Amino acid sequence: MTETRKQRRRWSWWYLLLLVPLIAVLWPPFYNRAEPAWIGMPFFYWYQLLWVVAGAALTAIVYRATEK
Amino acid sequence: MPDVDWNALIVFTALFGLVAWMGFAASRWRSGDLNLLHEWGLGGRRFGTAMTWFLIGGDLFSAYTFIAVPALAFGAGAVAFFAVPFTLVGFVFMFVVCPRIWHVCHKHNYITAGDFVRGRFGNRWLALAVAATGIVATMPYLALQLVGLQVIVGALGISGSGLAADLPLVIAFLIMAAFTYSSGLRAPASIAIVKDILIYITGFAIMIAVPIKLGGFAKIFAAVPPSKLLLAVPGPAGTGAYSAYSTLILGSALAIIVYPHCMTGVLSASSGRAVRRNAALLPAYALLLGLLVLSGFFAIAAGVAGLPEFAQGFKTFGNNFAVPALILHSFPSWFVGIAFAAIGIGALVPAAIMSIAAANLYTRNIHRAFFNKNPTDREEARMAKRISLIVKFGALGFVILLPTPYMVDLQLLGGVWIIQTLPAVVMGAYTRWFNGWALLVGWAAGIAAGTAMAVEGKLTPTYPLQFAGYVFPGYTALYSVILNVVLAIGLTAALNALSARRASFDETVPSDYYA
Repeated sequence: MTETRKQRRRWSWWYLLLLVPLIAVLWPPFYNRAEPAWIGMPFFYWYQLLWVVAGAALTAIVYRATEK
Repeated sequence: MPDVDWNALIVFTALFGLVAWMGFAASRWRSGDLNLLHEWGLGGRRFGTAMTWFLIGGDLFSAYTFIAVPALAFGAGAVAFFAVPFTLVGFVFMFVVCPRIWHVCHKHNYITAGDFVRGRFGNRWLALAVAATGIVATMPYLALQLVGLQVIVGALGISGSGLAADLPLVIAFLIMAAFTYSSGLRAPASIAIVKDILIYITGFAIMIAVPIKLGGFAKIFAAVPPSKLLLAVPGPAGTGAYSAYSTLILGSALAIIVYPHCMTGVLSASSGRAVRRNAALLPAYALLLGLLVLSGFFAIAAGVAGLPEFAQGFKTFGNNFAVPALILHSFPSWFVGIAFAAIGIGALVPAAIMSIAAANLYTRNIHRAFFNKNPTDREEARMAKRISLIVKFGALGFVILLPTPYMVDLQLLGGVWIIQTLPAVVMGAYTRWFNGWALLVGWAAGIAAGTAMAVEGKLTPTYPLQFAGYVFPGYTALYSVILNVVLAIGLTAALNALSARRASFDETVPSDYYA
């Protein structure tokens, strides 16, 4: 019982933000196409690379928000 | 095979000599008593944010990754790009899960995942299952690092027949074994800095110089056959390449956090905060990896497979020769030396960490749990050092005696096996509800089903699951671990219902799991 209470105290809604990059990359229909290309790179590739950057930024935001 | 490229070989050897020296010197770095297992096997848990970044980055993004993933792009196309979102998802999991594991392990001086499982569930057989799985899954992974080194040695133009062909590999390996023995985890940690700097230089050089030479990205992608450029759109009877792609991402990301070499990297951090920061900083490597995957396409566009000077290399190493051939084709020989050293040293860092991780597992969860229950600290550290040697020579034996495809198959099975430890380790970090025996049965069922599915699928990563007339191809590891979790939950509920007295052993308390 004490465990659930303490875990709840550690829970922060900010963690839900981390679901965004997961959903973005785990659903291939979002990005399995060639257009729009960027500097000649098909959408499939730059979309996923962009999510690496965005995912890192979101993780950093959640880190800042949850660090005491 | 091309003739020996002396400029490249000299640069390569000089850089290799530098890291060998660093490996031995590392024993005095932030020195601790190397006769203690946590000093030898976890670097004294003293690595801050920056060192942990180099260590985990050097550990997870190995030589084999940098050769095999672009090779997959070269051969199979778009599916190889799963490695990029996989690392992103893996770091998100790491951010959430690993600080909890770090805290509890720090509090109780747990050195391995097996230590944690034993302390949490009080079941040494479950800990044995976790440890044995870790060791067995690590061996082929370690062997593949040597395969990466072998490709590089071959590309440098060093060839021979019989034992002479493997001599450079054996020498590099002996040096690595010696400095790991004497310096422990400090050796790969210090070398990882050099390796990472070299690999970033190489990555950016490829990314900038090669597209300019080939006339831009548009021309490169135009040279790639359209069928390889995107995932095949699934037909009406199933989810096809889409479910294969996303389950590969998810399953690999879940597996990576329980691989012993990753766990060792995480536990060697100096604080839970360093682990959390790293999860946000490590995607820099995922970006680099993404760019390097594209080099598989560069190799297609540059037409290296058709050039006579590389015919022998492709014949010997298959598609794994694509990146070395591209580097040889595109750069002056002194830079070839730097690039090859980056990949070669990139093999030593994870190989050393993997052997240390496997040695820690054997020493703590097999030897100490079953043979010598009260070793002195000195005996324990000595045992781990010796086991690290045995593990490495075992892997070397694999590489020399078995053909590469066997190791690729074993590595594939290793991923299916290691993920079966996830319920005990990761779910165990959140709840003590599970019954240890139920977890053990789930583990066994997951291993058996996963292995059967992988064999039936002719050792390809995905299994075509059929349901109600539809086909859902998916990563075998993910499918089998779902069975594992369902069984563990069902059996725990059944056992709890049968006996009123619940298993109560747990040497950890809730406050151990956070700062």
